[in-house]
Amino acid sequence: MKLNSLKLTYFKNYDALEANFSSGINCLVGKNGMGKTNLLDALHYLSMTRSALNTVDGQNIQHGESFFAINSVFEVADQELRINCYFEQGKKKVLKVNGKEVDKLSDHIGRLPSVLITPDDTEIIKEGSEVRRKFFDSVIAQHDRSYLEALIQMQRLLKQRNSFLKQNDGKLNINRQLLDVYDEGLLPLFQQIAKRRQAFIEEFTPYFIKNYAQIFEGKETPSIRYRSDVVSEDFELQFKEVFQKDILLQRTTKGAHRDDYVFALNDRAVKKFGSQGQQKSFVIALKLAEYDYLKTLKGLSPLLLLDDIFDKLDDERIHRLVSLLTDEERFSQIFITDARKERSEAFFEGKANVQFYEIHDGQLK
Amino acid sequence: MEYPSKLVEQAVEEISRLPGIGKKTALRLALHLLKQPESQTAALSESLKDLREQIKYCQTCHIIADTEDCTCQTPSRDTTVICVVEDTPDVLAIRNTGQYNGLFHVLGGRISPMDGIGPDQVKIDSLIARVKQSGSEVKEVILALSSTMEGDTTAFYITKMLKETGVKVSTIARGIPVGGELEYTDELTLGRSIATRTLFSAD
Ligand SMILES: [Zn+2]
Repeated sequence: MKLNSLKLTYFKNYDALEANFSSGINCLVGKNGMGKTNLLDALHYLSMTRSALNTVDGQNIQHGESFFAINSVFEVADQELRINCYFEQGKKKVLKVNGKEVDKLSDHIGRLPSVLITPDDTEIIKEGSEVRRKFFDSVIAQHDRSYLEALIQMQRLLKQRNSFLKQNDGKLNINRQLLDVYDEGLLPLFQQIAKRRQAFIEEFTPYFIKNYAQIFEGKETPSIRYRSDVVSEDFELQFKEVFQKDILLQRTTKGAHRDDYVFALNDRAVKKFGSQGQQKSFVIALKLAEYDYLKTLKGLSPLLLLDDIFDKLDDERIHRLVSLLTDEERFSQIFITDARKERSEAFFEGKANVQFYEIHDGQLK
Repeated sequence: MEYPSKLVEQAVEEISRLPGIGKKTALRLALHLLKQPESQTAALSESLKDLREQIKYCQTCHIIADTEDCTCQTPSRDTTVICVVEDTPDVLAIRNTGQYNGLFHVLGGRISPMDGIGPDQVKIDSLIARVKQSGSEVKEVILALSSTMEGDTTAFYITKMLKETGVKVSTIARGIPVGGELEYTDELTLGRSIATRTLFSAD
């Protein structure tokens, strides 16, 4: 998969940008605040139908304007694919593929798979379980439509069940019939989602271990363990047992929405014991494994978007990454940003297929 | 927007509360009314006032009516079957198919706690009472609700509540697109859905 051209209109700090890109490495350099990350975000938008940085679409419109547009031409399996996205303040977002409007935005997810690596990714390790679920859910959802649908359905049912519990205001004589309707909808979804997550981690782990070894040469064995109440045999019983607790706390306390993933190096939690370098390598390996996994499953190379990934890495690890990324067999097109032009120039020196673009105030040179 | 007068602004404010009408359209409508004879605006406000004050809902099926005895009292209708819909436009859509001659029951919405609509905010209790009070005259309840998660929730809930009555509960076949509202489905598809309805099971 390859992005040939991109046009941005009033998207974030871009007035009017038109650019052509080539296969291989497209290196976007320029000072911070000039719009490097926003350009990657526009590409993420085309893939996931939303911004990775700000999900309030109105705030992605350039100040003082009333709409934004992202127009693009991709090449997917020798076919030209025109993806256009348009959002006008107060209106429904419109996404068109080869001129035809997509009915449901979620139907588009997975058409242009993408992997975005940013400096904030260590949140996956440091923050709460929600961030980890979100990460792995997006990997699975990009190639498994029924999983995405189950997930959307579960979230909606949970929202209704929780609203119902809130309105009930802690009273124990709740309308049990309605609660049962929600529970009968949720239980099979919890099972379906947990089974998929469990199977996924088994499929995904080999990709991850391989990538970690390539970036961080060491003796540690990394691991990911999926942790969920739902997979235990008596989950249904457990779920029913906490129903009074749910009523009192006015939320759903058990279910797949509480699942977590535990990251470890030699069985020691990375969150607690990992150094900054280990944590950063861990998440880069997670993301590159996502890339390999999606590529294998979808049979096409995802867009690889790397935002400022050299930051806080020592020279040796940057060298390793650069030689990884310049493997043309593995990556067909990469977008990478760096605030320090001379650093990227030095590390990529002598490598074929690297293009530099300078970004200054929403303009590309 | 700047308005030439406080009165115009007030009118625009009220008109633009209507669905699908923005401030610009509201302003155009307000100025249009000012150009028409005064009697016309009086007739409009009078009819809106009458609509709100005099409209009746049938006590039995909750269809909008001018009087409290509505078509559900017409002897020519098949009184052994009740079709449950969310709103009045759905009744009209199903009538227009010509495929259904039974009774209706208008819920007035669907269960959605996040929108503040619980089972008590829709006419479910009155449906259960209606089935019970009919003795065993009502043999079948057809659920013709939208195929959204909330429509499904409402359907499952009603089925649970009707269980003890022993009445047969069926649902119209879903040739209707997901999230689709009955009202917008074409007559042919809707007619076929009613004809080929299937038994609904909550278990
Ligand atoms: Zn009636």
